Amino acid sequence: MVTGISAAAGVSALGVAARLAQKYGLVPPDHGGLYGPGETLTYASMRLLTRHSMAREFSRSQISQRPLENELAPFSDEFKRHQTTKFVDWRLVVDGMVARPTSFSVNQLKSYPPHSQITEVVCEEGWSYIAEWNGVPLSYILDLVGAHPQAKYVFYFSIEPDWWESMDMADAMHPQTFLTYGMNGDELPVGNGGPIRMRLPRQLGYKSVKFLNRLIVTDDVKKFGKGLGSVSPEEGYAWFAGI
Amino acid sequence: MSTMESAHVPLEATAAAMRDVTRTQPRHSLLVRVTHWIVTLAFFALLLTGAEIIVSHPRFYWGETGNILTEPLFKIPIPASRKLVPTGYGYVMPDQNGWSRALHFQSAWLLVLMGLLYVIGGVVTGHLRRDLLPSGADLSWRRIVDVMTHHLRIAPRSEDPWSYNVLQRLTYLFVVFILFPVVIWTGLALSPAFDSAVPATVSLLGGRQSARTLHFFVSIALVLFLFIHVVMVWREGFKSRMRAMVTGQAPNRKECR
Repeated sequence: MVTGISAAAGVSALGVAARLAQKYGLVPPDHGGLYGPGETLTYASMRLLTRHSMAREFSRSQISQRPLENELAPFSDEFKRHQTTKFVDWRLVVDGMVARPTSFSVNQLKSYPPHSQITEVVCEEGWSYIAEWNGVPLSYILDLVGAHPQAKYVFYFSIEPDWWESMDMADAMHPQTFLTYGMNGDELPVGNGGPIRMRLPRQLGYKSVKFLNRLIVTDDVKKFGKGLGSVSPEEGYAWFAGI
Repeated sequence: MSTMESAHVPLEATAAAMRDVTRTQPRHSLLVRVTHWIVTLAFFALLLTGAEIIVSHPRFYWGETGNILTEPLFKIPIPASRKLVPTGYGYVMPDQNGWSRALHFQSAWLLVLMGLLYVIGGVVTGHLRRDLLPSGADLSWRRIVDVMTHHLRIAPRSEDPWSYNVLQRLTYLFVVFILFPVVIWTGLALSPAFDSAVPATVSLLGGRQSARTLHFFVSIALVLFLFIHVVMVWREGFKSRMRAMVTGQAPNRKECR
């Protein structure tokens, strides 16, 4: 009987905890499945611990001599076309739950107050390098387009197929989340994600999607792919990559 | 403790318990057994998945950054699961990092929670003080040498084989309070989110790549402990020791070798 009562108490406590976690945005889109408990524990702990924390920044002397260009799939014809025209027609479309859907050229992004950060790119495989990233904070663009206060996620897409991610608003509004167009003071090389790459230095490299051409502000993860928040969980990788 | 409890038990049960007591004696508490086996399970999962993750980049570095363009501290001579890494092998292993990472972190959670339960429970029940903390008299080179000579089969040991000897106590304390905390620390240092909240986690270790390399070495130390632990269990009587860690009961002292 005591076991029955404590079991019932345990189950209802778990139920209450799940309700509270949902309410305070502590449940990741990929919370289901065999590894859901681990993912949820990690995401919830990091959300409570790191909402406003800053990724480590480094001194100029610590910038890696040669920034590593990771292996890439062969470029699509569309990307190659943009490469030949030096990305003058490249557009970053921002829409979804925004007051003013807008399409930005690379030069338009460069016309906003420039920001930079010297942060480390950390790959899930184990390697890393430090670079200075030049760009505009995502929060600046979200203010510009008038993102709705009810929005919960920003989805972001590469021009290359099956390459998209999303982040919660805590990360989207974080001052180090950048739309980058430059590296170490120069143009962002194609090998490092140019013309436009997302930078989330508090998460692993695979969240920093290359060749961005679309952002969608939303409150519903179910509308995208299998509803797991990004293409990564569909391939077995965690949606939240802060670890 | 068992005699005190049996004072309140009906006569027949006491008699049965007495008969039982002549054959077995309480050995490991439920807390020790449950945490021991769940940690074992989590440790094997962490080991397997950790090795799998290394396959994607079997190179180790020192300092903050490291990649294929920088000089490694050492390489593990195996093929990699990424084309990016030059290994000298003509082929690329299949990528298993997705599930490996998920299982690695889920097992890490399980291990940390069980570790906390064990340490807090161990303090509350007195297990740590009674069974792991060596007594002042035990803590001498003579005693340590005595245990070692027994292990090397040079001389028989006089003490009770079912009480942890001083070497065992020191080893378990080292594993519980040094190796596991350091492997958790070096693992946490690899989390970019955790580092943003507590930057000292990684900076005290000398950088991200140093943390990764240390994480690897401490894991090797834990594997070494596991190997010696299993060898010792086998030499002292695999069946009876295994039974003690599963059922909690050990054979009576008289029956022991």
